[in-house]
Amino acid sequence: MNIIILGAGQVGSTVATELSREEANELTVIDIDQQILSDLQDRLDIRTICGNGSYPGLLEDAGADDADMIVALTNSDEINMIACQVASSIFHTPTKVARIRSPEYLRRPGLFTENSIPVDYIISPESLVTEYIYHLIEHPSALQVLDFAGGRAQLVAVKAYDDGLMVGRALRTMNEVVPGVDMRVAAIFRAGESIMPSADCVIETGDEVFLFAAREHIPTVISEMRRLEKPNKRIMLAGGGNIGGQLAAMMEKDFQVKVIESYPPRARELSATLDSTIVLLGDAADPDLLLEENIESMDVFCALTNDDEANILSSMLAKRMGAKKVMSLINRPAYVDLVESGLIDIAISPHQVTIGALLAHIRRGDVVAVHALRRGSAEAIEAIAHGDRDSSRVVGREIQDIKLPEGARISAIVRGQEVIIAHHDTVIESEDHVILFLTNKKKISAVEKLFQVGFTYF
Amino acid sequence: MQLLVIQRILGLLMMVFSSTLLPPIITGLIYKDGAVLPFTEAFFLTLIAGFLLYLPVCRQKRELRLRDGFLVVVLFWTVLGVAGGLPIYLSGVYDISITDAVFESISGITTTGATVIVGIDELPHALLLYRQELQWLGGMGIIVLAVAVLPILGVGGMQLFRAETPGPVKDTKLTPRITQTAKALWYIYLGLTVACCLAYWVAGMSFFDALSHSFSTVAIGGFSTHDASIGYFNSTAIQFIAIVFMLLSGINFAIHFTAIRNRSLRPYQRDAEFRTYILVLSVVSVITIGYLQLQHTFDSTTESIIEGLFQVVSIGTTTGFTTAEYHSWPGFLPVLLLYVSFIGGCSGSTGGGIKVIRILLLVKQGARELRRLVHPNAQIVVKIGKKAMPENVIEAVWGFFAAYFAISALMILMLMATGLDQETAFSAVAACLNNLGPGLGDVGRNFASINDPAKWILCFAMLLGRLEIFTLLVLITPAFWKK
Repeated sequence: MNIIILGAGQVGSTVATELSREEANELTVIDIDQQILSDLQDRLDIRTICGNGSYPGLLEDAGADDADMIVALTNSDEINMIACQVASSIFHTPTKVARIRSPEYLRRPGLFTENSIPVDYIISPESLVTEYIYHLIEHPSALQVLDFAGGRAQLVAVKAYDDGLMVGRALRTMNEVVPGVDMRVAAIFRAGESIMPSADCVIETGDEVFLFAAREHIPTVISEMRRLEKPNKRIMLAGGGNIGGQLAAMMEKDFQVKVIESYPPRARELSATLDSTIVLLGDAADPDLLLEENIESMDVFCALTNDDEANILSSMLAKRMGAKKVMSLINRPAYVDLVESGLIDIAISPHQVTIGALLAHIRRGDVVAVHALRRGSAEAIEAIAHGDRDSSRVVGREIQDIKLPEGARISAIVRGQEVIIAHHDTVIESEDHVILFLTNKKKISAVEKLFQVGFTYF
Repeated sequence: MQLLVIQRILGLLMMVFSSTLLPPIITGLIYKDGAVLPFTEAFFLTLIAGFLLYLPVCRQKRELRLRDGFLVVVLFWTVLGVAGGLPIYLSGVYDISITDAVFESISGITTTGATVIVGIDELPHALLLYRQELQWLGGMGIIVLAVAVLPILGVGGMQLFRAETPGPVKDTKLTPRITQTAKALWYIYLGLTVACCLAYWVAGMSFFDALSHSFSTVAIGGFSTHDASIGYFNSTAIQFIAIVFMLLSGINFAIHFTAIRNRSLRPYQRDAEFRTYILVLSVVSVITIGYLQLQHTFDSTTESIIEGLFQVVSIGTTTGFTTAEYHSWPGFLPVLLLYVSFIGGCSGSTGGGIKVIRILLLVKQGARELRRLVHPNAQIVVKIGKKAMPENVIEAVWGFFAAYFAISALMILMLMATGLDQETAFSAVAACLNNLGPGLGDVGRNFASINDPAKWILCFAMLLGRLEIFTLLVLITPAFWKK
């Protein structure tokens, strides 16, 4: 696919890195900073062009005439919108994706239609990250929670501990341990390496296990891997920016929320918009402030500022002072691996969250969602099966008969309202949402092909 | 430095390029005039050598870094240049020495076209085709070809590509993927070669000669299958075809690409380098033809025009075909032509020399200094076309220019130390560093008569010229080898 990416910032360059890994993609990246572009071109096999990406002339140079997709990821909502408009009006680019951050624009869904501002998919990293963190707080024991089929099915990543029911047992005994709950182990990561979850596979302490189940079963499922933690009640957020503010607004009904914000005008604004949340003016790395606000009885401390280093340090401080669980927003991929093994419980990488959402739009076939797992080393894909036994390679077949590429597994099927955990003899029907788990990302195009319908269907 | 990865790629490339010895073997079998055995031997030797290099490290699959790229490119050109001499040496024609065989091979692959063999007409066909083929492979660049046919090089391909591409700005890609860019370049190159071959054939050459000469014309090489070069055919039509294809091959291939894709001639018209290239060649042609007329070198005006034009284009693009004894032309003309060869072809073409764009930048930079004297407070940017050039590019061009002349001065001195006279030494360095071919004085017709040390120095000069000096020079800096 021929893709133009606008903006080589943090999100833009991560997207470019991800997409250029796939042979079939041809990428052109536009940015106004030549230095960033040169660095990027040294690392990746892409073309780069320096200039303002919303100018028609520049888009033409970037090959907009035969581009299949434009992805506008600059830090200005307005440039992103105009770039999509230009691509649509002048170059008739089929797919247009824009990053829109400001809730002011997002609140009006009528704005982004073919006749006004032609954006096909809106990526809003802040909202995605907010939702992601919310899930984590909702399920205290999970490392990652992902929604499929509109939230009816969920995938959770759990670290196995000695006190889990399943730990030390083979997977085949799962039904005996918790009868009546249908679920599926999608993958196991042991010491960073993926291992195939066969029936004889024994779960060990320290394994990261990806489990798939219907939404209501998730707490039971988690308890198999570790003793269930008490539900979170008291939350402290460090940083009341876009994410902090949205998160506080979402949570304040069900949790006791405190927000620490260091910029007085923003703190005022927050206290005006939020109802039951306590907004504190001050520095999140100030031990006296934390002590005064009972950091030791906090269930979760979440560092959400824009500054990686400040987030890491304030989370470490909070952990040392007694916060039960600390999470930290970390942009630099190198830091994520570094801190997760130490004092910080969960490192949240906004890019991975954003990219998952973005990648779903880039896939061919009817792919609804793509989630990056384990910081991008694996992917969970939700695809819709169409057609019948003759036109499709999946419909009407038992799962054991489907020729899946190496490293791919079908975990579950969502049929209407029902979540069906996949077994070898489950038959896939048309319009099923099939959820696959892929540990080798190079095979993703093979999965796409699998879900493309033969020409006879149309 | 990831030496094992470099070794793996080098082994791989050698195995791939051993296949270039197959066409001469086939030719030898068709014409049945010998030299099949030496080529077969050389084929297996190269293949086995590459395999032995590759086998112990075939699992080293890390990405190439910037520094590795330089080393791979230089090693590959050197190894292939030397290994390319193998079949020539093994064939034993005219009791050729190792020095001469290597000189001939490097002269071929760097598209210089300087020969040490006298009596080319009597060589076996296999060897004749091989010499032309070497030029053709070297013209667009063996690394570019490797990147096009070996997708496994990945991102590292860009590092290699950059170390080989001629011109001051090396980051421009025709298509987002480097393999696609390399393929596009080779398709254009192949297209030009086929067109040139057909044109020669129609104009009266034998098919073998047409193919051979199309190889060396489009590669801006200069080897011929006859001692008398293009002059052997004594045909105005052939001269004219050669002029057209030399001109075309001296243009930046990126412009050909844009022109073909947009199906218009506007990209040529818009390109400042192309306009300068044509301007330089036109002015020099007018001077040459005028002076030839004035001195009554040729009997007729038509002859002056054709010979003058042919020679200017041939030397100016650094091809080095000859039809007349240009080195015995009157007055300043031979030296003028050598000077023009310093300018050479456009960046991103198959031509040698300093490249038109660099000269253009130097001239504009000079003009800027003059304007600054008049308006000391003026902010002046150097523009090419309508685009401002980054200051670091201009600095790099100055550095290149200085290095180019320092090296030519040094080499002239070294050649004179081996016993060559001044005219021969100067013209030999110019001819080799610019990848031109024929020089003046003792090297006017061929390089057979000069001594062995001088030949080795000139081999180095040819590689320096083809790899645009810095790629090779960077390897001798201590900083390159520090961890």
